This record gives sequence, C-alpha cells and structure tokens, in this order.
Amino acid sequence: MNALEVSGVGFAYGARQALSDLAFELAPGRFGALLGPNGAGKSTLIALLTRLYDLQQGDIRIFGHSLRDEPRQALRQLGVVFQQSTLDLDLSVQQNLAYHAALHGMPRREAQVRIDEELLRQDLAERRHDKVRTLNGGHRRRVEIARALLHQPRLLLLDEASAGLDPASRLALGRHVRNLCREQGLCVLWTTHLLDEIESNDDLLILHRGERVAWGKASQFGDDLGISFARLTGDEALGRGHVREALRPKRAEDVGDNETAPVRTAHPTRGVR
Amino acid sequence: MTAYWECLRGIVLREWLRFVLQRSRFLSALVRPLLWLLVFAAGFRAALGIAIIEPYDTYITYDTYIVPGLACMILLFNGMQGSLSMVYDREMGSMRVLLTSPLPRAFLLAAKLLATALISLLQVYAFLAIAWVYGVQPPAWGLLAALPALLLVALLLSALGLLLSNGIRQLENFAGVMNFVIFPLFFLSSALYPLWKMRESSEWLYWLCAVNPFTHAVELVRNALYLRLHLDALLICAGLSALLTLLAVASFNPQHAALRKVG
Repeated sequence: MNALEVSGVGFAYGARQALSDLAFELAPGRFGALLGPNGAGKSTLIALLTRLYDLQQGDIRIFGHSLRDEPRQALRQLGVVFQQSTLDLDLSVQQNLAYHAALHGMPRREAQVRIDEELLRQDLAERRHDKVRTLNGGHRRRVEIARALLHQPRLLLLDEASAGLDPASRLALGRHVRNLCREQGLCVLWTTHLLDEIESNDDLLILHRGERVAWGKASQFGDDLGISFARLTGDEALGRGHVREALRPKRAEDVGDNETAPVRTAHPTRGVR
Repeated sequence: MTAYWECLRGIVLREWLRFVLQRSRFLSALVRPLLWLLVFAAGFRAALGIAIIEPYDTYITYDTYIVPGLACMILLFNGMQGSLSMVYDREMGSMRVLLTSPLPRAFLLAAKLLATALISLLQVYAFLAIAWVYGVQPPAWGLLAALPALLLVALLLSALGLLLSNGIRQLENFAGVMNFVIFPLFFLSSALYPLWKMRESSEWLYWLCAVNPFTHAVELVRNALYLRLHLDALLICAGLSALLTLLAVASFNPQHAALRKVG
C-alpha cells in the first residue's frame, strides 16, 4: 500500500486552473521532494492534502484512506509542518504541543509521554517551558516537527519548511528529517523551490503551472538538476535563478552578475557549503 | 468520547492561556463598556430616569438600566471579532492546525465557538464587578442566574459572526462589521433605551428594535440578572443560536474564501 497516492487531482480558482490532472505516489519510508517555482501549484496541493480545500477532481489516498471518503482516518496518518509558523508564540513549547495532542484527542497521560519522547528526540527537552517567541527559527521548526509527529503519523508533510532559515539551520533541518525517514520508516513529502535540498535518492516531482512536468528518482535527472529543471519548467532564466540560489549564498561579486552568463552546473547532491 | 472531551478541553485551555497572556487585550475590551457606563450613562443619568418596568421593582437610574446592554455589547464585539479572526486565520495560522485534527470539522468549530464564548464571559463578569463597585448592584444570585443566559447570548453572537464572515466578502474587515452589523444591532435594540421610549419617537424604529435578536438577548440577560425568566427571549435566543450555529458550521469552507478572492 502506498503512503500517498494522488490520482487525477485537478483544482481551479474560478477560471484559473491551479492543478491539472496531477498524479503521483509515494511508497512508505520514502523521501519525496516536490519541486516547483512559485505559482506552480504547491500551496494548492498542500491545501488539498491537509483538507483545507475540498477536492474538486480526482482523489488523494493516505495509506489507503481516501481524503474524500474517509478524511478522519486519512488525517490520523498525516503530520504537517506548514510553511508559515503556526505556533502560538506566547505559549510555551509544552503548551503548544499539549494543544496539538488534545486536537488529536490523545488522553493527557499518553500525550505527556509522547511530548517527552518527541522533545528528547528533537533535543528540545530543556526548552520545554520556554515561550516559543524566545526560540530561534531553527528551534521553532523543530518544535513544529515534534508537534507534527506527536500523534505518530506515518506520512509527514513539510511545506517549504526551510523557508526563512539560515543556511546552517536549513542543512540541519534537512538532515534531521532524512534521519527520521531512514530510522523511523516515516514517509516524507517535502516541498521546496530550492534545488540543493534534493538528494539523488529522493523521489522527485517537478510541478510547473499546475502540471506534473517530471516524476522519478532524482538521480534519473542527470548530474545537472538545475539544467533539467530549467528545461522542464520551460524558463531558463528562472531555472538559472534557482541554481544560483541553491549553489551558494549571495556574495558581493554577485551584484551586477551578467544575466547572460552560462548556467552553473549543480550536482543534485551538493548542498550549501 | 474521551477524544472529543480531550479536544474540547484543549481548545478551551488554549483560549484561556491566550486570554491570560494577553492582558492588554482584555483591558482594552473593558474600556469600551466602561466608557459607556462611567461617562455616557453618567451624563444621561441626570436627564433620564427610567419608570418602573420589568424586571425592575422600582424606579431605576439610567446607569442601572444600561448595564445588561453593555454586558451584551462585550459579547457582541467579542463574538464578531473572534469569528472574524477565525476567517483570517483559516488560510494560515492556528485555524490550519485546528482543521488538521481528525475530529469532525463541525465539532472543532463548535468547540472553538464555545471556547471563545467562555472567555468572553470572564470579561463580562469583570465588567459587572466594576459596575458593582460603581453602584449598579443587581441581586447577588442574579449574577449567577445570568451566567447561562450570557453563555447562550455569547454563542448566539459568535455563531452570527461566523455565519456573516463566511458569507459576505465585504465583511472581511472590522470597520465594515462595525458599521453594518455591530452598530445597527446595538443601537436598534433595548440596550440603551426601553422600547416604549423608542415607540414614542418612531413606530417603525420600534418594530425594527422589536425584531432585532440583540434586543431579545439583552432582555434575556436583564431579566436573568434580576432573577426573572423571560421565556420568549430564551426561546428566541436558544432557537437562533442552534440555527445560526448549524448554518455557520455548514457554510464554513476556507475554499470559498480562496475562490472569492480570485472571483
């Protein structure tokens, strides 16, 4: 049984088609990367996966449970980290996690055991009583991951979870989630617009203007994911922008960089150094 | 059942914690009714005495008259504000977290409405305590008897707020709500003046006040505060609360808001 099965999903905002006949699946324990430029339809897909929006066309199954027919069973299997922080900043880490456990109907004692476990695992036990407002971006993300995992979902959805983090925190977050995937057998769907967050072993879905333009193992895209991405999204300038952003942090000499310069090569396994 | 109870408890506890931590918001919510009571009513007190009317046993001063209406005003503002924030929040923020709960969406929304209503009651009782010190002193048991009435009114107004914000695009800012919902509901009611006074000046304004649900809310609370049961008002408020909650929950769909934005 697939962890996630998206079949024939289409969604339109009035006359504007945001997703067209999207289909892909993820096996349990896999790390799936969903890559696409802004406006590709990633946010709409996340809204559908988290049941914020109702399905218009097609179906989404999470561990066999259809979001259309069995939304409650499907949501039980799903943990979500949203792009924008959804923590209560004035509440403590513990209070935020306890609230989430309550939303999932967990009995208090069991909830406390799970909170202890997750805080330990995320290396946040000592920050338990700190207000979220006092944590840095990386730590807040880890609280959100702890929260998403409290009810022991089998599919973890991270929507541009690295957005707004400094390169070191971004790298640490990616490593952390991949460890969860490897060690816990968790299936992960990671949406991003940054090429360097993708590793060769990942399942890669490239979305552009609401359509699936590529789907397969990242290694199949060749050595230069940047070029593949630019070719697939049909916008070389856009692809080059992404390659630059992915390869290195901005430096002074980048200012005034010639726009017609050849595309830099990027290896999919290469991260920010 | 345990799951539902834990969920409700969690939602109420979160509202409580946010309330405790945001004292400034709490205080500013008290300023409005206190201005009405301590300034507006003080000015009118000399000009206006209220004849003996139900549920009062004697002549009363104007400030005594308007306290139940001001208590309901707190619920009106909170209900509208709370529901609007649910709408703002639904695409991002805490509502997204709430909606990923596997419990039924109708239950989650009803629990959220109830939690907001319970917290509003704390503000109402803080206001009633200040009014008590100021000299408006309904029977002590009346304060207890008014509790279920106030809760019912809080639910009614929160449900109304949610329903309005679900359906009407123009209401997505609070100024619009103030002008087109809060002020008409408040001024066309028995909160500030008895209806017979209104009838003396205009028959059609009187009828508008008489059919305004907020009038019934105010009268339910006023009677409860003085240990009387206003059965008509109770039935109207209970019926409307149930109806509006059902409609609000049924029409709550974040997708509609997203589609409206582009439509």
